[in-house]
Amino acid sequence: MSVVTIERKVLEKNDEVALRNRTLFTDHGVYVINMVSSPGAGKTTILEKTIDLLKGKTRLAVIEGDVQTDIDARRIERSGIPAVQIVTRGGCHLEANLVHEALQSIKLAELDLLVIENVGNLVCPANYDLGENVKVVVASTTEGDDKPLKYPAMFRNAAVLLINKIDLVPYINARPDVLRKNAFSINPHLVVFETSALTNQGMDAWAQWLLDQATKTKPAR
Amino acid sequence: MSRAVHELSIAENILSIVGRYVPEGERPFVRSVKVSIGAQAGIVPDSLKFCFEAVASESPFPAATLVIENVPFTIRCRTCGAISSPEDGTLLCASCGSMDAEITGGTEMRVVEVEVDDAEKGVR
Repeated sequence: MSVVTIERKVLEKNDEVALRNRTLFTDHGVYVINMVSSPGAGKTTILEKTIDLLKGKTRLAVIEGDVQTDIDARRIERSGIPAVQIVTRGGCHLEANLVHEALQSIKLAELDLLVIENVGNLVCPANYDLGENVKVVVASTTEGDDKPLKYPAMFRNAAVLLINKIDLVPYINARPDVLRKNAFSINPHLVVFETSALTNQGMDAWAQWLLDQATKTKPAR
Repeated sequence: MSRAVHELSIAENILSIVGRYVPEGERPFVRSVKVSIGAQAGIVPDSLKFCFEAVASESPFPAATLVIENVPFTIRCRTCGAISSPEDGTLLCASCGSMDAEITGGTEMRVVEVEVDDAEKGVR
């Protein structure tokens, strides 16, 4: 029996493509977020409201990842901004090469901000770097305050937490302060916004934060 | 390639890395592949093993089994310096209760080594 030493990261191939994506984004001064959540937390609705708030202030585009259908990309296109749909055909997460292919249909030179909406799943997308600046995790109040403890990898790898459906708190047994505390026990550096994409509560603060990041990323001309 | 279970995609990545290290003639004799998987890597070891063997059986490494070395999640407290292993993945120091800690292990996924059955190779 002979032993061949390997010592490589399992996802190094994905990480290489992610690095190529990241270099493209940096070269064009585009700020990129990778939005992740369970199905139904409100990612697409948050995105529509965010687009309403940012349209005219920054140039943005969206890459939509879904297991099936282009419903979400069509929703986003109705907001009047470019949207590219990636259909994973059963795949539970986006990988860097899928994003790289989607970039062929996006004019990075004409953008300040790119939002990648990942497949609704709190497990698998945590491992895959797409080349983004930050992962933004959305946890809605209806999902339970212990979400960060159940899916620690995602909360550990994210930089921003949106606690969505905050308008429902008076009607359900939800404690956003507990959710926040649980999230901080996994990742104390999270930037947290409490939002309701329905009533617009907290949406201004979130959109302004995003706009600030996009502005900072753009090299001075 | 992405699939319904991400352990399947992880298994494919492992085999593709092994393929870069083992010459074609030795591939049928790869007996085991050892990987190091962190307790907080978001991987279900049994599921990975199952997926790996399913993928390997139809690959150039039909005899390969997966050996998983589980790496515990460990943190080093920035307040008191103690090392602890919170099983729940939080940054809570078991010694002083501080939450200011750095992760020192348990989030990795690495291919460590493969074992090739030389004896069998010689027979053929």
